[in-house]
Amino acid sequence: MTTREIFESMEYGPAPESSAEAMAWITEKGPVFGHFIDGAFTAAGEVFETRNPASGQALAQITQGTADDVDKAVKAATKAFPKWAKLTCHQRAKYLYALARLLQKHSRLFATLETLDNGKPIRESRDIDIPLAQRHFYYHAGLAQLRDAEMPDMAPIGVCGQVIPWNFPLLMLAWKIAPALAAGNTVVLKPAEYTSLTALLFADICREAGLPKGVVNIVTGDGATGEAIVTHEGTRKIAFTGSTSVGRRIREQTAGTGKALTLELGGKSPYIVFDDADIDSAIEGLVDAIWFNQGQVCCAGSRLLVQENIADDFHRRLKARMASLRVGDPMDKCIDIGAVVDPIQHQMITKLVSENKDGETYHAPIDMPDQGCFYPPTLITGLHTAAPLMQEEIFGPVLVSTTFRTPSEAVEVANNTRYGLAATLWTENLNLALDIAPKLAAGVVWVNATNLFDAAAPFGGVRESGFGREGGWEGLSAYLEPTAKALPAKVITPPDAPDMPDADGLDRTAKMYVGGKQARPDSGYSQAHYSRRGTLLGHTGLGNRKDIRNAVEAARAAAKWGKTTGHLRAQILYYIAENLSARADEFTNRIKDLTGSNQTKAAAEVEAGIETLFTYAALADKVDGTAKGVPIRGIALAMKEPVGIIGALAPDDAPLLAAISLIAPAIAMGNRIVLAPSQSAPLAATDLYQILDTSDVPAGVVNIVTGSHADLAPTLAGHMEIDALWSFSPHTDSAALERASASNLKRCWINHVGNPDWTNLVPRTALAHTTETKTIWVPYGE
Amino acid sequence: MTDTLHHVSTATADQLPQVHLPRNDGMDLDLDWVANVQANTSAIERRAATLPGRRSVKKTHQAAWLAKAITLIDLTTLAGDDTPGRVRRLCAKARQPVRADILDALGLPAITTGAVCVYHDMIETAVDALQGTNIPVAAVSTGFPAGLSPFHLRVKEIEESVAAGAAEIDIVISRRHVLTGNWQALYDEMREFRAACGEAHVKAILATGELGTLRNVAKASLVCMMAGADFIKTSTGKESVNATLPVSLTMIRAIRAFEARTGFKVGYKPAGGISKAKDSLVYLSLMKEELGNRWLQPDLFRFGASSLLGDIERQLEHHVTGAYSASYRHGIG
Repeated sequence: MTTREIFESMEYGPAPESSAEAMAWITEKGPVFGHFIDGAFTAAGEVFETRNPASGQALAQITQGTADDVDKAVKAATKAFPKWAKLTCHQRAKYLYALARLLQKHSRLFATLETLDNGKPIRESRDIDIPLAQRHFYYHAGLAQLRDAEMPDMAPIGVCGQVIPWNFPLLMLAWKIAPALAAGNTVVLKPAEYTSLTALLFADICREAGLPKGVVNIVTGDGATGEAIVTHEGTRKIAFTGSTSVGRRIREQTAGTGKALTLELGGKSPYIVFDDADIDSAIEGLVDAIWFNQGQVCCAGSRLLVQENIADDFHRRLKARMASLRVGDPMDKCIDIGAVVDPIQHQMITKLVSENKDGETYHAPIDMPDQGCFYPPTLITGLHTAAPLMQEEIFGPVLVSTTFRTPSEAVEVANNTRYGLAATLWTENLNLALDIAPKLAAGVVWVNATNLFDAAAPFGGVRESGFGREGGWEGLSAYLEPTAKALPAKVITPPDAPDMPDADGLDRTAKMYVGGKQARPDSGYSQAHYSRRGTLLGHTGLGNRKDIRNAVEAARAAAKWGKTTGHLRAQILYYIAENLSARADEFTNRIKDLTGSNQTKAAAEVEAGIETLFTYAALADKVDGTAKGVPIRGIALAMKEPVGIIGALAPDDAPLLAAISLIAPAIAMGNRIVLAPSQSAPLAATDLYQILDTSDVPAGVVNIVTGSHADLAPTLAGHMEIDALWSFSPHTDSAALERASASNLKRCWINHVGNPDWTNLVPRTALAHTTETKTIWVPYGE
Repeated sequence: MTDTLHHVSTATADQLPQVHLPRNDGMDLDLDWVANVQANTSAIERRAATLPGRRSVKKTHQAAWLAKAITLIDLTTLAGDDTPGRVRRLCAKARQPVRADILDALGLPAITTGAVCVYHDMIETAVDALQGTNIPVAAVSTGFPAGLSPFHLRVKEIEESVAAGAAEIDIVISRRHVLTGNWQALYDEMREFRAACGEAHVKAILATGELGTLRNVAKASLVCMMAGADFIKTSTGKESVNATLPVSLTMIRAIRAFEARTGFKVGYKPAGGISKAKDSLVYLSLMKEELGNRWLQPDLFRFGASSLLGDIERQLEHHVTGAYSASYRHGIG
């Protein structure tokens, strides 16, 4: 076209970024790549091709990692771990700082390589992915420096196996490697098979930074390689970002191994627009929500919820905006949407959209490239919550839309999902925004913005979007474990029934404690409990799955407990302590009878129980959220929210103290609990019924089901309404429990190696299992 | 969207203002609409901050776009020491803003700036100096820049400027009406200014740097359009903050909303602070993205700028020769 013609047409024209340097790097270091193990690149093994999805052009040959390769990498990381962990915080900080600097120095190379391999627009790699990755290493250089001072009683875990997705290859690597190294761990990381190149470039800069051999190992390959990392006995912590189905399988595969686990999985994040929003800005926000990275974003605002009274106008304006989106060569600096990562993904998106028969499908009427993996920006309006596309993650540039009438309906529709990763809401009303944000089932909420990320702001999900946080101190703690030694979970055999039991006095039978009332066991069976001297102490019911079901229903009905104030919960915990104290002698005697321990020991357990109640009463209004120092004009509030309904199985020993040590932190933070008390001595817990009744504990907040743990545990572990599963019981199979917990990805606190010392449990340990962080971003400015 | 302007071949004809569009007649003041206007500052700033990274114009396209930008400039002198000689020199530059050899090398026909913008006393000189061209003379008016002279004199000033030959009148609004939320007063004032302009086109200068919030900018934009403004314009150039991208985004979104409601296309003029060729490209892409190509013609878009032209000339010469240019190689305006 001549200048004259362009002067008339005012078209944009091509603005290509050069790929020459990135291609030169590939040629120089490859184009056939091995792994990076123990500080050196290995010879290539069996290889597969990595391609540029925008053109189909082959870029390099990548080695398919074998179990043997993984073993070598884990061994290198294991060997490097003691020395790396023993470095001072400052020494580790210097390495992280060097990595940050090197990422910055090679930023253009990383950006172009990322775009070539992944298909995302160069603008995004250049302005978002790579700067965020740099920031992550800078921030974690700081966390490394401060670790000992800020996180006493914590130590690195060991070798971390990390498996990352293809949508943000380098950024996800940074999210995984930076905290692991800052905490003092070593890593074996597998990039996604579509996008290995920037991980290999990162390996290259690890050498430039002089990172000790074996601290970072990169093994390339597909899911089988990932599985080898997950199942290798040398990996002590697994961090995974990817699909919910693979995450669930990893939960199953790691069950019973004692490996620490964090999962960042899928989402179907709501994008809520209230009628008083700045509509043009909300529409522009959608470009960043669902047309960012071709919609291949786990936290993409993919589910549009518009208030009904503005929906028509909103959709009309949204369609107009879609018409000016530009899809094309990702290396062009003038496009909005690049290529979908692989033909397989493209087929998946196409299939999901074409199979949908509901609503009205609108593809943006824009020029599309003739070839390559491109999918047009798409809006499907008029869907209802029952439609599959409102529930299933599409992972492409496809927005689905429905309407709501009121704020409470917006919350109801938003939360009508198995996922809970992120949510966006638009309103100019501060009251509304700050009322709605805490009610959304999501780990991240953006107010009047979307897809904001920063190293200081914890990121992660609830429900089937996974658990664990990345970013901030919260993210670092996922790579540390308490130094406190665990004690073996003892099996205590209760005394057998004597030939002639001593059964004087009035019969007292403890039933189940469900919804603030005593309920007969569904089974109709009871179990007698005797003292060591042969005295009949009482009966407890033998609970079954229906008792658990009823208890969970009661807990569900008590959801309001999570919205009560910390002050109120503290008052109630103090009240429980007060009432327990008034009956200390009675409980002391009960413990003596049940356990055969002496007066001093039994009295000490009661006293420790009272103290524990005080501790968590004290903490109930002091587990503060924090305002994170994110680099925007605005605040990112990391709020502590209760995890929900906790199913807990108590140990045999310390029958009163252990029960209190589980109940108190749970309810202090606003959770509800279904507790199976000590199997051998449940009466110490069932005696609490009256104390709970008289201490203003609302019905359903604490529920107690007695019986055989082997019978109760599977129901607790499989129950979809239970959000967290705790077990310190010696009568359950940890592996089976964790496997079953994968059904809805419960947060697990399970005694693999032993139980805490109940008389000396660090409150932070328990609190970490009772709360989840929700990060609420509120940019501001008028 | 594109219209008959595209096949017109003479440079001057390209720049006839609003020959094809119906003029904005305005509408009754709709206070409900004004009350419901929202402008989320941080979101608008984010959009403005990322736009330059999202749109890039290179090589031949860049040269064509920069030439287009020249045709959109209201070449301006608004200084206390303006003299007829100074204004004639400016007008000469407006007639030939780029060296002929550069235009030839680019394959572009002769172009002119969009208008010349002066104070009232310089109108006659400018009109005379621009004889034989279709370059309109724009005059700032209504007690520019503060707009605090007696109201009847402000109206009279418009009438006299129109009588003196100004084809466009850049009025200043009473900022106090915005700051006190007196939308009726703002509407009435604008209506009278528009009426006083007669056939001359009226640009409403909002002085956005003095309106306090983007929400006020959005509301003032709407009210002025309701009252019949042909253009809305950011600034006098005399405020401490003049045209910015967030303010521009706010105003052009108001233009879009007004068109959606009334069908009238209203023009936009950012003024003050746009001095780099690169900035002008960002503004053009902003207009193209938010309003479409139709707003890249001088009847709907102008830059209020004085030093922008010099930078564009240097860029164009660079495009032709491949060597960076020097300012003294181009005639001053």
